[in-house]
Amino acid sequence: MQRLRRTMMFVPGNNPAMMSDAFIYGPDSIMLDLEDSVTMAEKDAARLLVHNALKTINYGNTEMVVRINPLNTPFGKKDVEAVVTAGVHVIRMPKTETAEEVVELEEEIEKVEKRLGCLGRTQIMAAIESTKGIINAYAIATASKRMMGIALGAEDYCANLKTQRTTTGEELLLARETIVVAARAAGIDALDTVFSNLNDMETFRKEVELIKHLGFDGKSIINPRQIEIINEIFTPTQKDIDKAKAIMGAIKEAEAKGSGVIALNGKMIDKPVVIRAQRTIELAISAGVLTKEDL
Amino acid sequence: MTINKAFAGTLESGDIMIQIEPSDKEGLNIELDSTVKYQFGEQIKKVIAETLGELGITSAYVKATDKGALDCTIKARVTCAAVRATGKDVWA
Repeated sequence: MQRLRRTMMFVPGNNPAMMSDAFIYGPDSIMLDLEDSVTMAEKDAARLLVHNALKTINYGNTEMVVRINPLNTPFGKKDVEAVVTAGVHVIRMPKTETAEEVVELEEEIEKVEKRLGCLGRTQIMAAIESTKGIINAYAIATASKRMMGIALGAEDYCANLKTQRTTTGEELLLARETIVVAARAAGIDALDTVFSNLNDMETFRKEVELIKHLGFDGKSIINPRQIEIINEIFTPTQKDIDKAKAIMGAIKEAEAKGSGVIALNGKMIDKPVVIRAQRTIELAISAGVLTKEDL
Repeated sequence: MTINKAFAGTLESGDIMIQIEPSDKEGLNIELDSTVKYQFGEQIKKVIAETLGELGITSAYVKATDKGALDCTIKARVTCAAVRATGKDVWA
């Protein structure tokens, strides 16, 4: 079954209460943060907290991601050791600009995994937060077989672009489209940037609708209140599911007749329509709104 | 092993503040203040003692102020305080 990544919720890595409660809200992925939300003086404490939480707390089926500090800081390599030994699913690398940085992270992960005897266990996700990173998006997305996704980090990107974020997001359009195209070409997931204004849920909803149209798989979030809106927009509606089921039924019928032409209600169905229907069915099953028995 | 005075943790809900100091006495002297001391006091002290034992610290004064921390949080905070007190990191 396809793993859903509609919501990847940031949780500060030095806040034990938030770390132990985060899964209650049902995000698809939890991202424990060792980078920007942790002060320099508390990096050692957060690293130990995240390590012990990953080893002990039962997060169920939630994908566990840790955002580490960059490898060129005094913290990055220790972060890798701490989270790989604790069995993290995905390491999110911040401020990724080149494919070489991904390869360097992979080498660090391999050192630890070899010692543990679990080579290949840890996946990598790269956050792209600069114009250089956007230019290199496809190279980053294909830099390692461990890559599971790329994400946009909009605040740093906008600063680098010498502009600022707007509620309509024109300044991010090229970056967003580049990330989705690179991710799709590489066969990995695309995640959008955070939306920080929790008092403006109307603009948040519009942004989520926009990124779904652009082709993103989901969005990084900073608060559980944002989960419901994203799930609502990213989960196929009953109308979508019924249509997809009808298309899949028409395919079965055509196959049974030995016909190469698929038609539904007198209209020809071509391959892209079939692919979209299959994706709708997969998403609906993963989201738990459809079972295989319903097909 | 030389131990200097060191702290780790916070007084926020779900956390524990650990203070480690050198001690003239043999063994671990653990002083615990906890909102759940009556129910979990012995378990909290056990986790603190076991964690310090694993790090090779057999003699120290430890003051723990608990705000309902899980065992994994206690272990993380004790380890952090011990690393800060000894200067000996747990990572390669």
